[in-house]
Amino acid sequence: MDHVHAPPVPAPTFTVRNLTIAYSGNPAIKNVSLDLYPRSVTAFIGPSGCGKSTFLRALNRMNDLIPGVTTQGRILLEGEDIYAPGVDVVNLRKRVGMVFQRPNPFPMSIFDNVAYGPRIHGVTDRDRLSAIVERSLTAAALWDEVKDRLHKSALDLSGGQQQRLCIARLLAVDSEVLLMDEPASALDPISTGKIEDLIDELKNRYTILIVTHNMQQAGRVSDRTAFFLSGELIEYGLTAEVFESPRDRRTEDYITGRFG
Amino acid sequence: MIIGLFVAARGLPLFLSFGAWRFIASSQWEPAQGLFGVFPMIAGSLLVTAGALLLAVPLGVGMAAFLAELAPAPLARALRPAVDLLAGIPSVVYGFVGLAVLVPWIRSAFGGPGFSVLAGALLLGVMVLPTIVAVAEDAIRAVPRTYREGSLALGATPWQTLTRVVLPAARPGIVAAVVLGMGRAIGETMAVLMVTGNVTALPDSLLAPARTLTANIALEMSYASGRHQEALFATGIVLFLVIMALNAAAALARRKEERA
Repeated sequence: MDHVHAPPVPAPTFTVRNLTIAYSGNPAIKNVSLDLYPRSVTAFIGPSGCGKSTFLRALNRMNDLIPGVTTQGRILLEGEDIYAPGVDVVNLRKRVGMVFQRPNPFPMSIFDNVAYGPRIHGVTDRDRLSAIVERSLTAAALWDEVKDRLHKSALDLSGGQQQRLCIARLLAVDSEVLLMDEPASALDPISTGKIEDLIDELKNRYTILIVTHNMQQAGRVSDRTAFFLSGELIEYGLTAEVFESPRDRRTEDYITGRFG
Repeated sequence: MIIGLFVAARGLPLFLSFGAWRFIASSQWEPAQGLFGVFPMIAGSLLVTAGALLLAVPLGVGMAAFLAELAPAPLARALRPAVDLLAGIPSVVYGFVGLAVLVPWIRSAFGGPGFSVLAGALLLGVMVLPTIVAVAEDAIRAVPRTYREGSLALGATPWQTLTRVVLPAARPGIVAAVVLGMGRAIGETMAVLMVTGNVTALPDSLLAPARTLTANIALEMSYASGRHQEALFATGIVLFLVIMALNAAAALARRKEERA
């Protein structure tokens, strides 16, 4: 295996070992092991139903909310097992935030949406909240569009603006890891482009893990790509290598559009 | 509609002969002497209803939230029929229990005659509870799951998610629950009549007896004739107007909220 072009590999953020996840006994993820690296973008690709979203939702234990889900194996976040008994799930989700497929701003003002996270984590000072809101909206490339209507309902924003608002809302809580579950699939091409630019910007500071069904998007935004098929991890490596010289025939078939 | 016209036709003559304002605002109800002032009954109805809502709204919304969000499914399945059962008990049975248990308890615990605004309010509070629980629970369940996920994914606790996102989002439905409960409370006759003492004086405390508009009609209709009977129909008109005013106020409050 030739890794001459690979950058030096830092300590992984997530270490996943022998992960198996089942819905009422039906496995959705089968014995997956991989390492996910900080300050980079890792894309999870694969056809619908391949388990990529289930995998993503295991990383901040959102699967806990679905009745009948069983999780086996180990997921270490900076060395600590996030499924160990006694783990503070609320704190885990604060560190590992999530953006969903459909934008889900709360039915409140733009300001209150972004301030929601800091407020629940104990920030009450008005000036500090304002500063956090401005910084987060700026980082999410939304500030200029909404600065004059911060106290208007977030539901009046366009879909693309709503999704960037959801990202801003996440940035306001100082997460370390951003999980994005097909964040642009419900958006038009221009909004999608803005989200992708934003991801590119944010990867200098965050570990970004993104599920996408869009091959071109995975190719454009990610540093590493993991290909799932029927719950199994088929191939995982630097995006350039996975796309240009896939080792597995099934990866090649999927990327070249022969199925999926 | 026909009932309304009938009541109006039978009651309006008294408004003309006795004076509508005098009928509503004076406090003397002496049918034998031709004095028909229903102000004490208006006050009695409003006090008993307000007291009932003060008890039933926090309790009912709390129970609805518990059933919809926090209770494990088997517990919720066991509790819901118990709440529904409360709605199936005939009001005269409530009145009987109030008479046998509540009135003596209030007499010994707080003094006074026991027959009181407080007894009526407590009893009505229990009676409207099932309505409020059922409607509020539906409203809470109707809040999109994405709001909950969005909140939890930011590291909010289930409690913060409930109080800061889910309940505010369900507020229009909760207001509807309160309005329905209010309608039920103000129209209730038999149970209230049995525990409030029914004196026609203006109640001067929660422990004083009172008569509601509905009780006024029910108590005297069997023997009233002439102007006295007209006065009872006129009481019915006032009851209509009070209910319409309360509904209008609720609708106004909701519209104001939607605009905000």
